[in-house]
Amino acid sequence: MPDPSYPEDLLYHPEHDWARLDPGNSEEATFGITWFAQDSLGEVVFFDPPKVGSTVTKDAAYTEIESVKAVSDVISPLSGEIVAVNDALADSPETINEDPYGEGWLVKVRLSDPGEQEALLDAAAYEATLS
Amino acid sequence: MPSTTDLRRSPLDDRHRAAGAKLIEFAGWEMPLQYQGIKAEHEAVRTRAGVFDVSHMGQIETAGPGAQALLQYLLSNDLRRLPEGGAQYSVLCTPEGGVMDDLFTYRLAECVFLTVTNAANHERDLEWFQRHAPDFNADVIDRRDAFAMLAVQGPRARHLVAGLADGPLVPRMHCGGRSVAGVPLLMCGTGYTGEPGVELMLDPDGAGEVWDALVAAGATPAGLGARDTLRLEVGYHLHGNDLDRDHGPIEAGLGWCCRESTGFVGSEVVARVRADGPAQKLVAFEMTGPGIARPGNPIAGGGVVTSGTFSPSLQRGIGMAYVPAERSEPGTELEIDVRGTPRAAEIRSKPLYTPKES
Repeated sequence: MPDPSYPEDLLYHPEHDWARLDPGNSEEATFGITWFAQDSLGEVVFFDPPKVGSTVTKDAAYTEIESVKAVSDVISPLSGEIVAVNDALADSPETINEDPYGEGWLVKVRLSDPGEQEALLDAAAYEATLS
Repeated sequence: MPSTTDLRRSPLDDRHRAAGAKLIEFAGWEMPLQYQGIKAEHEAVRTRAGVFDVSHMGQIETAGPGAQALLQYLLSNDLRRLPEGGAQYSVLCTPEGGVMDDLFTYRLAECVFLTVTNAANHERDLEWFQRHAPDFNADVIDRRDAFAMLAVQGPRARHLVAGLADGPLVPRMHCGGRSVAGVPLLMCGTGYTGEPGVELMLDPDGAGEVWDALVAAGATPAGLGARDTLRLEVGYHLHGNDLDRDHGPIEAGLGWCCRESTGFVGSEVVARVRADGPAQKLVAFEMTGPGIARPGNPIAGGGVVTSGTFSPSLQRGIGMAYVPAERSEPGTELEIDVRGTPRAAEIRSKPLYTPKES
Protein backbone atom coordinates (compact mmCIF):
# COMPACT_ATOMS: atom_id res chain seq x y z
CA MET A 1 0.00 0.00 0.00
CA PRO A 2 1.36 3.45 -0.88
CA ASP A 3 1.88 6.25 1.62
CA PRO A 4 -1.02 8.60 2.40
CA SER A 5 -1.67 11.16 -0.32
CA TYR A 6 -4.44 13.56 -1.28
CA PRO A 7 -3.83 14.99 -4.77
CA GLU A 8 -4.62 18.67 -5.16
CA ASP A 9 -6.39 18.30 -8.51
CA LEU A 10 -9.29 16.37 -6.95
CA LEU A 11 -12.45 17.41 -5.13
CA TYR A 12 -13.27 15.51 -1.94
CA HIS A 13 -16.43 14.40 -0.21
CA PRO A 14 -16.17 14.13 3.60
CA GLU A 15 -17.33 10.49 3.37
CA HIS A 16 -13.89 9.72 1.86
CA ASP A 17 -14.65 9.87 -1.85
CA TRP A 18 -13.04 11.92 -4.60
CA ALA A 19 -14.21 13.37 -7.92
CA ARG A 20 -11.92 14.35 -10.80
CA LEU A 21 -13.61 16.72 -13.23
CA ASP A 22 -12.87 15.89 -16.84
CA PRO A 23 -10.61 18.70 -18.07
CA GLY A 24 -12.15 18.49 -21.55
CA ASN A 25 -15.78 18.24 -20.43
CA SER A 26 -16.91 20.05 -17.30
CA GLU A 27 -20.05 17.91 -17.15
CA GLU A 28 -18.19 14.62 -16.66
CA ALA A 29 -16.27 13.37 -13.67
CA THR A 30 -14.46 10.24 -12.44
CA PHE A 31 -15.14 8.97 -8.93
CA GLY A 32 -13.09 6.89 -6.52
CA ILE A 33 -12.28 6.45 -2.84
CA THR A 34 -9.53 8.20 -0.94
CA TRP A 35 -6.32 6.82 0.49
CA PHE A 36 -7.89 7.06 3.95
CA ALA A 37 -10.92 5.04 2.80
CA GLN A 38 -8.91 2.21 1.27
CA ASP A 39 -6.62 2.11 4.30
CA SER A 40 -9.60 1.89 6.66
CA LEU A 41 -11.16 -0.88 4.59
CA GLY A 42 -8.02 -2.96 4.36
CA GLU A 43 -7.40 -5.28 1.43
CA VAL A 44 -10.21 -4.98 -1.09
CA VAL A 45 -11.28 -8.41 -2.33
CA PHE A 46 -14.49 -7.71 -4.25
CA PHE A 47 -16.03 -4.86 -6.20
CA ASP A 48 -19.29 -5.37 -8.05
CA PRO A 49 -19.62 -2.25 -10.21
CA PRO A 50 -22.98 -0.52 -10.58
CA LYS A 51 -24.71 -0.60 -13.98
CA VAL A 52 -23.85 1.87 -16.69
CA GLY A 53 -26.90 4.10 -17.12
CA SER A 54 -27.91 4.03 -13.46
CA THR A 55 -28.18 7.33 -11.65
CA VAL A 56 -26.20 8.40 -8.63
CA THR A 57 -27.17 11.04 -6.09
CA LYS A 58 -24.79 13.24 -4.16
CA ASP A 59 -24.36 12.04 -0.54
CA ALA A 60 -26.12 8.71 -1.24
CA ALA A 61 -24.53 5.25 -1.49
CA TYR A 62 -24.14 4.10 -5.10
CA THR A 63 -22.06 0.94 -4.75
CA GLU A 64 -20.20 -1.28 -2.27
CA ILE A 65 -16.62 -2.30 -1.78
CA GLU A 66 -15.73 -5.46 0.14
CA SER A 67 -12.60 -6.10 2.12
CA VAL A 68 -11.74 -9.44 3.74
CA LYS A 69 -13.42 -8.35 6.92
CA ALA A 70 -16.40 -6.23 5.90
CA VAL A 71 -18.47 -4.51 3.26
CA SER A 72 -18.66 -0.73 2.99
CA ASP A 73 -21.00 1.60 1.14
CA VAL A 74 -19.45 4.06 -1.29
CA ILE A 75 -21.00 7.54 -1.20
CA SER A 76 -21.44 9.55 -4.36
CA PRO A 77 -19.68 12.92 -4.22
CA LEU A 78 -21.92 14.39 -6.98
CA SER A 79 -25.17 13.56 -8.80
CA GLY A 80 -25.53 12.25 -12.34
CA GLU A 81 -25.67 9.18 -14.57
CA ILE A 82 -23.00 6.51 -14.75
CA VAL A 83 -21.44 6.43 -18.23
CA ALA A 84 -18.57 4.00 -17.56
CA VAL A 85 -17.42 1.59 -14.85
CA ASN A 86 -13.94 0.22 -14.15
CA ASP A 87 -14.41 -3.38 -15.29
CA ALA A 88 -10.75 -4.19 -14.64
CA LEU A 89 -11.48 -4.16 -10.91
CA ALA A 90 -13.48 -7.39 -11.21
CA ASP A 91 -10.25 -9.34 -11.70
CA SER A 92 -7.97 -7.15 -9.61
CA PRO A 93 -9.95 -5.36 -6.90
CA GLU A 94 -6.70 -4.82 -4.98
CA THR A 95 -5.95 -2.03 -7.49
CA ILE A 96 -8.23 0.12 -5.32
CA ASN A 97 -5.64 -0.23 -2.53
CA GLU A 98 -2.61 0.07 -4.75
CA ASP A 99 -3.63 3.07 -6.85
CA PRO A 100 -6.77 4.67 -5.39
CA TYR A 101 -6.50 7.85 -7.49
CA GLY A 102 -5.40 6.23 -10.75
CA GLU A 103 -6.11 2.69 -11.97
CA GLY A 104 -8.34 2.17 -8.94
CA TRP A 105 -11.05 4.59 -10.16
CA LEU A 106 -14.59 3.25 -9.81
CA VAL A 107 -16.99 4.99 -12.21
CA LYS A 108 -17.32 7.88 -14.67
CA VAL A 109 -20.43 10.01 -14.31
CA ARG A 110 -22.22 12.58 -16.49
CA LEU A 111 -23.09 15.22 -13.95
CA SER A 112 -26.69 16.39 -13.68
CA ASP A 113 -25.86 19.38 -11.51
CA PRO A 114 -22.24 20.50 -11.90
CA GLY A 115 -22.96 23.31 -9.41
CA GLU A 116 -22.96 20.71 -6.63
CA GLN A 117 -19.18 20.67 -6.72
CA GLU A 118 -19.16 23.96 -4.78
CA ALA A 119 -20.02 21.90 -1.68
CA LEU A 120 -17.00 19.60 -2.03
CA LEU A 121 -13.68 20.06 -0.25
CA ASP A 122 -10.23 20.75 -1.62
CA ALA A 123 -7.35 18.47 -0.60
CA ALA A 124 -6.28 20.59 2.38
CA ALA A 125 -9.81 20.92 3.75
CA TYR A 126 -10.43 17.18 3.36
CA GLU A 127 -7.15 16.26 5.01
CA ALA A 128 -8.07 18.54 7.92
CA THR A 129 -11.19 16.42 8.52
CA LEU A 130 -9.00 13.34 9.04
CA SER A 131 -7.02 14.58 12.02
CA MET B 1 -20.24 0.92 22.96
CA PRO B 2 -17.57 1.81 25.54
CA SER B 3 -15.16 4.62 24.70
CA THR B 4 -11.64 3.51 23.85
CA THR B 5 -10.43 4.60 27.29
CA ASP B 6 -12.70 1.97 28.88
CA LEU B 7 -11.27 -0.83 26.80
CA ARG B 8 -9.00 -3.45 28.29
CA ARG B 9 -5.56 -3.59 26.77
CA SER B 10 -3.20 -6.48 26.27
CA PRO B 11 0.19 -6.45 27.99
CA LEU B 12 1.54 -6.38 24.42
CA ASP B 13 -0.33 -3.21 23.51
CA ASP B 14 2.88 -1.18 23.11
CA ARG B 15 4.34 -3.82 20.79
CA HIS B 16 1.22 -3.76 18.61
CA ARG B 17 1.26 0.03 18.35
CA ALA B 18 4.96 0.09 17.56
CA ALA B 19 4.37 -2.49 14.82
CA GLY B 20 1.73 -0.26 13.24
CA ALA B 21 -1.17 -2.59 14.00
CA LYS B 22 -4.69 -1.52 13.19
CA LEU B 23 -6.50 -1.90 16.52
CA ILE B 24 -10.19 -2.67 16.96
CA GLU B 25 -12.63 -3.04 19.81
CA PHE B 26 -13.35 -6.71 20.40
CA ALA B 27 -15.49 -7.90 23.33
CA GLY B 28 -14.42 -5.01 25.52
CA TRP B 29 -10.74 -5.22 24.55
CA GLU B 30 -8.65 -3.19 22.16
CA MET B 31 -6.82 -5.80 20.10
CA PRO B 32 -4.91 -5.92 16.80
CA LEU B 33 -7.09 -6.58 13.74
CA GLN B 34 -4.06 -6.69 11.46
CA TYR B 35 -0.46 -5.56 11.12
CA GLN B 36 0.63 -5.66 7.48
CA GLY B 37 -2.59 -7.09 6.08
CA ILE B 38 -4.97 -9.97 6.67
CA LYS B 39 -4.02 -11.85 3.50
CA ALA B 40 -0.28 -11.77 4.17
CA GLU B 41 -0.76 -12.82 7.80
CA HIS B 42 -3.12 -15.62 6.78
CA GLU B 43 -0.58 -16.83 4.23
CA ALA B 44 2.22 -16.71 6.81
CA VAL B 45 0.25 -19.02 9.13
CA ARG B 46 -0.68 -21.43 6.32
CA THR B 47 2.87 -21.67 4.97
CA ARG B 48 5.28 -20.78 7.81
CA ALA B 49 4.43 -19.56 11.32
CA GLY B 50 2.41 -16.75 12.82
CA VAL B 51 2.01 -15.50 16.37
CA PHE B 52 -1.29 -14.18 17.69
CA ASP B 53 -1.85 -12.19 20.85
CA VAL B 54 -5.03 -13.71 22.26
CA SER B 55 -4.72 -12.21 25.72
CA HIS B 56 -8.39 -11.22 25.54
CA MET B 57 -9.29 -14.88 26.16
CA GLY B 58 -10.29 -15.50 29.79
CA GLN B 59 -9.23 -18.22 32.22
CA ILE B 60 -11.13 -19.86 35.05
CA GLU B 61 -9.38 -22.16 37.50
CA THR B 62 -11.43 -24.86 39.18
CA ALA B 63 -9.66 -26.63 42.03
CA GLY B 64 -10.38 -28.85 44.97
CA PRO B 65 -11.66 -32.36 45.71
CA GLY B 66 -14.96 -31.66 43.93
CA ALA B 67 -13.48 -29.82 40.94
CA GLN B 68 -13.99 -32.69 38.50
CA ALA B 69 -17.56 -33.25 39.69
CA LEU B 70 -18.38 -29.54 39.26
CA LEU B 71 -16.97 -29.46 35.72
CA GLN B 72 -18.67 -32.74 34.89
CA TYR B 73 -21.94 -31.07 35.85
CA LEU B 74 -21.31 -27.91 33.81
CA LEU B 75 -19.34 -29.03 30.75
CA SER B 76 -20.68 -31.26 28.00
CA ASN B 77 -17.69 -33.56 27.62
CA ASP B 78 -16.69 -36.42 29.93
CA LEU B 79 -14.08 -35.11 32.38
CA ARG B 80 -13.14 -38.70 33.29
CA ARG B 81 -11.57 -38.88 29.84
CA LEU B 82 -9.36 -35.85 30.52
CA PRO B 83 -6.04 -37.04 31.94
CA GLU B 84 -3.58 -34.92 33.87
CA GLY B 85 -1.66 -32.88 31.31
CA GLY B 86 -4.50 -33.24 28.81
CA ALA B 87 -6.78 -30.83 26.94
CA GLN B 88 -10.46 -31.26 26.20
CA TYR B 89 -12.98 -29.27 24.16
CA SER B 90 -16.56 -28.93 25.36
CA VAL B 91 -19.54 -26.62 25.37
CA LEU B 92 -21.26 -24.99 28.32
CA CYS B 93 -25.01 -25.45 27.92
CA THR B 94 -27.95 -23.56 29.32
CA PRO B 95 -30.60 -25.67 31.09
CA GLU B 96 -32.58 -25.31 27.84
CA GLY B 97 -29.75 -26.90 25.88
CA GLY B 98 -28.43 -23.76 24.16
CA VAL B 99 -24.72 -23.04 23.92
CA MET B 100 -23.46 -20.47 26.48
CA ASP B 101 -19.84 -20.86 25.40
CA ASP B 102 -17.39 -23.28 23.86
CA LEU B 103 -14.17 -23.86 25.74
CA PHE B 104 -10.97 -25.78 26.17
CA THR B 105 -10.27 -27.21 29.61
CA TYR B 106 -6.76 -28.25 30.63
CA ARG B 107 -6.13 -30.59 33.53
CA LEU B 108 -3.08 -29.21 35.30
CA ALA B 109 -3.19 -31.67 38.22
CA GLU B 110 -5.61 -34.30 39.45
CA CYS B 111 -7.79 -31.67 41.13
CA VAL B 112 -6.78 -28.50 39.26
CA PHE B 113 -8.33 -27.46 35.96
CA LEU B 114 -7.90 -24.36 33.81
CA THR B 115 -10.75 -23.48 31.43
CA VAL B 116 -10.28 -20.90 28.68
CA THR B 117 -13.31 -18.72 27.98
CA ASN B 118 -14.26 -16.48 25.09
CA ALA B 119 -13.68 -12.84 26.04
CA ALA B 120 -17.29 -11.80 25.52
CA ASN B 121 -18.53 -14.62 27.76
CA HIS B 122 -15.91 -14.65 30.50
CA GLU B 123 -17.87 -12.85 33.21
CA ARG B 124 -21.06 -14.81 32.58
CA ASP B 125 -19.17 -18.12 32.52
CA LEU B 126 -17.36 -17.24 35.73
CA GLU B 127 -20.59 -16.30 37.46
CA TRP B 128 -22.16 -19.58 36.26
CA PHE B 129 -19.21 -21.64 37.55
CA GLN B 130 -19.26 -19.78 40.89
CA ARG B 131 -23.01 -20.12 41.29
CA HIS B 132 -22.72 -23.92 41.13
CA ALA B 133 -19.47 -24.30 43.08
CA PRO B 134 -21.10 -24.39 46.56
CA ASP B 135 -22.93 -27.59 45.60
CA PHE B 136 -19.56 -29.24 45.06
CA ASN B 137 -16.40 -29.15 47.14
CA ALA B 138 -14.60 -26.90 44.64
CA ASP B 139 -13.09 -23.44 44.38
CA VAL B 140 -13.67 -21.37 41.26
CA ILE B 141 -11.07 -18.65 40.74
CA ASP B 142 -11.01 -15.92 38.10
CA ARG B 143 -7.55 -16.16 36.51
CA ARG B 144 -8.08 -13.77 33.59
CA ASP B 145 -5.68 -11.17 34.91
CA ALA B 146 -3.06 -13.79 35.73
CA PHE B 147 -2.46 -14.76 32.11
CA ALA B 148 -1.42 -13.30 28.83
CA MET B 149 -2.02 -15.76 25.99
CA LEU B 150 -0.14 -16.25 22.72
CA ALA B 151 -0.92 -18.68 19.92
CA VAL B 152 1.94 -19.77 17.66
CA GLN B 153 0.51 -21.51 14.61
CA GLY B 154 1.64 -22.79 11.24
CA PRO B 155 3.59 -25.65 9.67
CA ARG B 156 6.85 -24.22 11.07
CA ALA B 157 5.40 -23.12 14.42
CA ARG B 158 6.43 -26.08 16.54
CA HIS B 159 9.94 -26.12 15.13
CA LEU B 160 10.24 -22.41 15.81
CA VAL B 161 9.03 -22.68 19.41
CA ALA B 162 11.22 -25.75 20.01
CA GLY B 163 14.26 -23.61 19.32
CA LEU B 164 13.30 -21.34 22.24
CA ALA B 165 11.96 -23.95 24.67
CA ASP B 166 13.71 -25.66 27.57
CA GLY B 167 12.40 -29.10 26.71
CA PRO B 168 10.38 -31.11 24.21
CA LEU B 169 7.14 -29.44 23.14
CA VAL B 170 3.88 -30.77 24.53
CA PRO B 171 2.04 -32.98 22.01
CA ARG B 172 -1.26 -32.03 20.40
CA MET B 173 -4.18 -31.94 22.90
CA HIS B 174 -1.83 -31.92 25.87
CA CYS B 175 -0.50 -29.24 28.20
CA GLY B 176 2.43 -28.83 30.52
CA GLY B 177 4.81 -26.43 32.20
CA ARG B 178 7.73 -25.32 30.04
CA SER B 179 9.80 -22.23 29.58
CA VAL B 180 10.15 -20.34 26.32
CA ALA B 181 12.83 -17.67 25.94
CA GLY B 182 13.56 -18.32 29.61
CA VAL B 183 10.03 -17.41 30.71
CA PRO B 184 8.06 -20.12 32.56
CA LEU B 185 4.63 -20.75 31.10
CA LEU B 186 1.87 -23.24 30.43
CA MET B 187 2.28 -24.73 26.96
CA CYS B 188 -0.79 -26.22 25.29
CA GLY B 189 -0.97 -28.28 22.11
CA THR B 190 -4.09 -26.53 20.88
CA GLY B 191 -5.05 -23.79 18.44
CA TYR B 192 -7.70 -22.20 16.25
CA THR B 193 -6.22 -22.29 12.76
CA GLY B 194 -6.11 -25.97 11.75
CA GLU B 195 -2.31 -25.77 11.63
CA PRO B 196 0.15 -27.39 14.02
CA GLY B 197 1.27 -25.17 16.86
CA VAL B 198 1.02 -24.33 20.51
CA GLU B 199 -0.80 -21.90 22.72
CA LEU B 200 1.12 -20.30 25.57
CA MET B 201 -0.39 -18.95 28.78
CA LEU B 202 1.94 -16.90 30.92
CA ASP B 203 2.39 -14.10 33.41
CA PRO B 204 1.57 -10.83 31.60
CA ASP B 205 4.91 -9.40 32.78
CA GLY B 206 6.80 -11.97 30.73
CA ALA B 207 4.65 -11.72 27.62
CA GLY B 208 6.73 -9.02 25.91
CA GLU B 209 9.91 -11.03 26.19
CA VAL B 210 8.33 -14.16 24.74
CA TRP B 211 6.61 -12.20 21.96
CA ASP B 212 9.87 -10.53 20.99
CA ALA B 213 11.72 -13.86 20.96
CA LEU B 214 9.05 -15.51 18.80
CA VAL B 215 9.05 -12.62 16.31
CA ALA B 216 12.86 -12.56 16.23
CA ALA B 217 12.82 -16.30 15.51
CA GLY B 218 10.62 -15.66 12.47
CA ALA B 219 6.99 -15.81 13.61
CA THR B 220 4.85 -13.28 11.73
CA PRO B 221 2.62 -11.19 14.00
CA ALA B 222 -0.98 -11.97 12.99
CA GLY B 223 -4.17 -10.24 14.09
CA LEU B 224 -7.77 -11.14 14.76
CA GLY B 225 -8.62 -10.63 11.06
CA ALA B 226 -6.43 -13.54 9.97
CA ARG B 227 -7.51 -15.55 13.00
CA ASP B 228 -11.08 -15.35 11.71
CA THR B 229 -10.32 -16.30 8.09
CA LEU B 230 -8.08 -19.18 9.26
CA ARG B 231 -10.62 -20.65 11.67
CA LEU B 232 -13.48 -20.36 9.20
CA GLU B 233 -11.56 -22.19 6.46
CA VAL B 234 -11.19 -25.19 8.77
CA GLY B 235 -14.74 -24.99 10.14
CA TYR B 236 -14.03 -23.98 13.73
CA HIS B 237 -16.94 -22.29 15.48
CA LEU B 238 -17.00 -18.74 16.80
CA HIS B 239 -19.32 -18.24 19.75
CA GLY B 240 -21.63 -15.30 19.20
CA ASN B 241 -21.70 -16.08 15.46
CA ASP B 242 -22.04 -19.84 14.91
CA LEU B 243 -22.89 -20.78 18.46
CA ASP B 244 -25.48 -19.12 20.69
CA ARG B 245 -28.08 -19.80 23.33
CA ASP B 246 -30.76 -20.31 20.67
CA HIS B 247 -28.95 -23.25 19.08
CA GLY B 248 -27.77 -26.43 20.77
CA PRO B 249 -24.57 -28.39 20.22
CA ILE B 250 -26.31 -31.01 18.06
CA GLU B 251 -27.57 -28.32 15.63
CA ALA B 252 -24.04 -26.88 15.61
CA GLY B 253 -22.41 -30.22 14.74
CA LEU B 254 -20.76 -30.49 18.17
CA GLY B 255 -22.43 -33.70 19.29
CA TRP B 256 -18.96 -35.27 19.34
CA CYS B 257 -18.04 -33.27 22.46
CA CYS B 258 -21.27 -34.04 24.33
CA ARG B 259 -21.64 -37.04 26.66
CA GLU B 260 -25.23 -36.79 27.81
CA SER B 261 -24.80 -39.81 30.12
CA THR B 262 -22.78 -37.59 32.48
CA GLY B 263 -25.92 -35.60 33.28
CA PHE B 264 -24.47 -32.15 32.54
CA VAL B 265 -26.72 -29.09 32.63
CA GLY B 266 -28.82 -29.17 29.46
CA SER B 267 -28.02 -32.83 28.72
CA GLU B 268 -31.69 -33.89 28.66
CA VAL B 269 -32.44 -31.48 25.84
CA VAL B 270 -29.25 -32.42 24.02
CA ALA B 271 -30.14 -36.12 24.28
CA ARG B 272 -33.63 -35.48 22.95
CA VAL B 273 -32.38 -33.44 19.98
CA ARG B 274 -29.78 -36.08 19.21
CA ALA B 275 -32.45 -38.81 19.25
CA ASP B 276 -35.08 -36.89 17.27
CA GLY B 277 -32.69 -35.15 14.90
CA PRO B 278 -32.27 -31.37 14.87
CA ALA B 279 -34.59 -29.11 12.87
CA GLN B 280 -31.61 -27.05 11.69
CA LYS B 281 -27.98 -27.82 11.09
CA LEU B 282 -24.91 -25.63 10.92
CA VAL B 283 -23.18 -26.13 7.57
CA ALA B 284 -20.12 -24.76 5.83
CA PHE B 285 -20.52 -23.24 2.38
CA GLU B 286 -18.53 -21.76 -0.47
CA MET B 287 -19.74 -19.07 -2.83
CA THR B 288 -19.91 -20.56 -6.34
CA GLY B 289 -20.19 -17.18 -8.02
CA PRO B 290 -19.23 -13.61 -7.19
CA GLY B 291 -19.96 -11.99 -3.86
CA ILE B 292 -19.25 -12.59 -0.20
CA ALA B 293 -22.03 -13.58 2.20
CA ARG B 294 -21.90 -11.94 5.61
CA PRO B 295 -23.41 -12.80 9.01
CA GLY B 296 -27.15 -12.19 9.06
CA ASN B 297 -27.71 -12.70 5.33
CA PRO B 298 -30.89 -14.77 4.87
CA ILE B 299 -31.01 -17.92 2.75
CA ALA B 300 -33.85 -18.56 0.29
CA GLY B 301 -36.10 -21.31 1.66
CA GLY B 302 -34.95 -20.77 5.25
CA GLY B 303 -31.73 -20.35 7.14
CA VAL B 304 -29.25 -17.62 7.92
CA VAL B 305 -25.53 -17.01 7.51
CA THR B 306 -23.67 -16.94 10.84
CA SER B 307 -20.12 -16.34 9.58
CA GLY B 308 -19.01 -15.10 6.20
CA THR B 309 -15.75 -13.81 4.86
CA PHE B 310 -13.32 -13.95 1.96
CA SER B 311 -11.08 -17.02 2.07
CA PRO B 312 -7.49 -16.11 1.21
CA SER B 313 -6.64 -19.79 0.61
CA LEU B 314 -9.61 -20.51 -1.66
CA GLN B 315 -9.85 -17.00 -3.13
CA ARG B 316 -13.63 -16.84 -2.78
CA GLY B 317 -16.36 -16.19 -0.28
CA ILE B 318 -16.91 -18.84 2.41
CA GLY B 319 -19.01 -19.11 5.51
CA MET B 320 -21.22 -21.04 7.87
CA ALA B 321 -24.99 -21.01 8.11
CA TYR B 322 -27.88 -22.64 9.91
CA VAL B 323 -30.15 -24.30 7.33
CA PRO B 324 -33.15 -26.65 7.58
CA ALA B 325 -31.83 -30.15 8.33
CA GLU B 326 -33.51 -31.62 5.25
CA ARG B 327 -31.44 -29.32 3.05
CA SER B 328 -28.08 -29.59 4.82
CA GLU B 329 -26.25 -32.21 2.75
CA PRO B 330 -22.93 -31.29 1.09
CA GLY B 331 -23.59 -30.40 -2.54
CA THR B 332 -26.86 -28.62 -1.77
CA GLU B 333 -27.08 -25.32 -3.63
CA LEU B 334 -27.92 -22.22 -1.62
CA GLU B 335 -29.23 -18.87 -2.75
CA ILE B 336 -28.10 -16.25 -0.25
CA ASP B 337 -29.66 -12.81 -0.13
CA VAL B 338 -26.58 -10.58 0.08
CA ARG B 339 -28.03 -7.13 0.79
CA GLY B 340 -30.74 -7.55 -1.84
CA THR B 341 -28.68 -9.42 -4.45
CA PRO B 342 -29.19 -13.21 -4.74
CA ARG B 343 -25.77 -14.90 -4.66
CA ALA B 344 -25.02 -18.56 -5.37
CA ALA B 345 -23.31 -20.82 -2.85
CA GLU B 346 -23.01 -24.54 -2.21
CA ILE B 347 -22.86 -26.53 1.01
CA ARG B 348 -19.48 -28.24 1.39
CA SER B 349 -18.16 -30.71 3.89
CA LYS B 350 -15.78 -29.40 6.54
CA PRO B 351 -13.01 -28.43 6.48
CA LEU B 352 -13.32 -26.13 3.48
CA TYR B 353 -9.53 -26.01 3.42
CA THR B 354 -7.32 -28.94 4.44
CA PRO B 355 -3.98 -27.84 5.90
CA LYS B 356 -1.01 -29.28 4.07
CA GLU B 357 1.16 -31.84 5.79
CA SER B 358 3.99 -30.05 7.55
